Amino acid sequence: MDLRYTAEELAFREELRAFFRDNLPADIRERMRLGHAPSKEDTVTWQRILNRQGWAAYSWPKEYGGPGWSPVQRMIFLEENQLAPAPEVSGFNITMIGPVLIQFGTEEQRQRFLPRAANIDDWWCQGFSEPGAGSDLAALKTAARRDGDHYVINGQKIWTSTAHHADWCFCLVRTDPHAKKRQEGISFLLVDMKTPGITVRPIISIDGSHHLNEVFFDDVAVPLSLRVGEENRGWDVAKFLLGHERTGIARLGKSKERVKFARDAAHEMRANGRPLIEDPGFRQRVAQLEVDIKALEITQMRVVCAHDRSREGRPDPLSSVLKVKGTELLQATTELAMDVGGPLSMPDWAQELAALSNEPELGPVWAAEATRSYLFLRAASIYGGTNEIQKNIVSKAVLGL
Amino acid sequence: MDFELNEEQRLLEDSLARLLADHYGFDKRRTYLAEPEGWSRALWSQYAELGLLGLPFAESHGGFGGGPTDIMLVMEAFGRVLALEPYLATVVLAGTALRLAGNETQKSAMLPQISAGEMILAFAHGERQARYDLSDVVTTAKRRSGGWVLDGAKSVVLHGDSAQQLVVSARVSGQRDDTDGITLFLVDSGATGLARRFYPMRDGTRAAEISLSSVEVSADAVLGAVGAAFPVIDRVVEAGIAATAAEAVGAMEAMQSMTLEYLKTRQQFGRPIGDYQVLQHRASEMLMELERGRSMAMLAAMTLEEPNAAERAHNIAMAKVGVGQASKFVAQNAIQLHGGIGMTEEYAVGHYFRRCMVIEHMFGDTAHHLSRLADTVS
Repeated sequence: MDLRYTAEELAFREELRAFFRDNLPADIRERMRLGHAPSKEDTVTWQRILNRQGWAAYSWPKEYGGPGWSPVQRMIFLEENQLAPAPEVSGFNITMIGPVLIQFGTEEQRQRFLPRAANIDDWWCQGFSEPGAGSDLAALKTAARRDGDHYVINGQKIWTSTAHHADWCFCLVRTDPHAKKRQEGISFLLVDMKTPGITVRPIISIDGSHHLNEVFFDDVAVPLSLRVGEENRGWDVAKFLLGHERTGIARLGKSKERVKFARDAAHEMRANGRPLIEDPGFRQRVAQLEVDIKALEITQMRVVCAHDRSREGRPDPLSSVLKVKGTELLQATTELAMDVGGPLSMPDWAQELAALSNEPELGPVWAAEATRSYLFLRAASIYGGTNEIQKNIVSKAVLGL
Repeated sequence: MDFELNEEQRLLEDSLARLLADHYGFDKRRTYLAEPEGWSRALWSQYAELGLLGLPFAESHGGFGGGPTDIMLVMEAFGRVLALEPYLATVVLAGTALRLAGNETQKSAMLPQISAGEMILAFAHGERQARYDLSDVVTTAKRRSGGWVLDGAKSVVLHGDSAQQLVVSARVSGQRDDTDGITLFLVDSGATGLARRFYPMRDGTRAAEISLSSVEVSADAVLGAVGAAFPVIDRVVEAGIAATAAEAVGAMEAMQSMTLEYLKTRQQFGRPIGDYQVLQHRASEMLMELERGRSMAMLAAMTLEEPNAAERAHNIAMAKVGVGQASKFVAQNAIQLHGGIGMTEEYAVGHYFRRCMVIEHMFGDTAHHLSRLADTVS
């Protein structure tokens, strides 16, 4: 038993660090460091740089355009990318639709979509949740009926992240309304977002950003050839997708990066007549977060190494632990960064800054961005299966209750 | 990175699990508690036969050359059954002091005896005024006619009642909190001027208050370099933290499985109470804390041989905090989920609770180590 990285793993990490140092554009790095949400342009630019290196599809096997890395290498990649800090590769493209097509897609679907997903020539979004189907996903109602060589979709999806950027959407639709079990009448379809009948309507979230959307389907025609897996077996595909590559879900590199940022910023801020970094309460809070990060880091390594050994392709129930604890940390660390800014974190000067681009800045951008991030990440314990659903999973799958 | 056990470790784990399954039911444990020393001499011999008592010592000293991972496995197994024997005091604490600071004569005289189960030792370092401060030593040692004379008192010395030999820290120079000027001595517990008062801890394990009044020891009783024992004491305590972290993980496992069993069988309102989501979620949170504690116990074990003292201290403090918080959560909720029965002396869960409570208050509690970590934030 040995917690340390092997010499090969350390060399691999050095190779990544050197590449990130030399190839991550300075302006993108600075925007990430200040805590901005990555723009579509920055995400695409960085993912294409990674893809030229063969690393964008970091979890895919070599034969489909990935680097063929081990789970430990993938974990190191994710962390170093977050620590850089660089925009993360598109989860929809790389850890969702890619592995789904590799596992369930036809050869034609793989050839058509995988290289474009890796290079983010297609921006994918996920059409799962509906107004009446959140945690209870199998309650979804959006219907697809067969009409010759097409399905015709009618219904509505909601919380569709980045649908307004998207070229394609992978959707769960009901193809058999009379199935005995609700899960048995669902199919998994690939939908071109330019198809007539699709309407995307923004949902502005509490952080003021446009990330989420409603997507309406009004007689949207989708060729049968764009179904993934068998008809009415889409639930299997969805389960695979949700259970795949969960080790990335903890986003520990991001939490580490936020704590480091908060520590640095705390040198500049004052508290009770001295630098905030010297305040015992602040230091204790940082120390506690660092303990929690360390513990989850080791738990994550245990899950990854177990995955390395025997669970390849199968979800580990402990990944629910990673999801819950990882998102709690993400929320706590962004809250820390916001609190460092104090009163300067409360103004919402984004629009004012955009309008007066030649004026001197109103206040520290990082403080405003920390607050935006804090607000946005309230969603972290909701998306991807709420943390309460994760506890249900643990109690059933692990504890047998 | 590798979390696999090797073949010897798997064998060790299996044979120890079998031994403890045969000899450590909750009722048998009561009979050991009732023995004069509060633990089983017969089992101690069996541990010796299994090689546990010489595990961390070199083969040339009758040991097996094991490392921190091996100790972790043993302590976890002991934690699962709440073993009462003085393994921590003898093998881990005093054993580490001997291993790190002893000269060849001392090691070859004592380590084979420990390995054979013929010698019990205790680490007599803590003092009443010191709380968790390791350099707060006011017991003194003064040179006299080629030897030393010790005066002072040692507090909450684990298994100080059973020990034939004590590893005693004493100040040879400097002031109360100085790290320099502390020396370790090997002192016979029957020495003239040494008095002991015995008592049980809250978890039933035994300890002693020890007073030293003009206790004379010879020059060869010095363990390590005169006046330079602090780094050794630090490492002994680190070894103690790693060992008890693993023990707490074993205790947490036991409480988690008892609680699950109870949730599945206890009926209220016509169904098992484990059907209620509020209790399911609490049990899930207990599992998450258990896994957090397990990860941190691994960190402690695997950091013990880290040569960089600052990094080692940092990781050990993190582990102490993580395990302390995890075990408190698991233990408190184990009682809560059991309800009234969890409060009773006749039910096991409260005994595990008390062991975790005692462990948390050994070698610096959660607040102590969190504050140490906070001091390093920059």
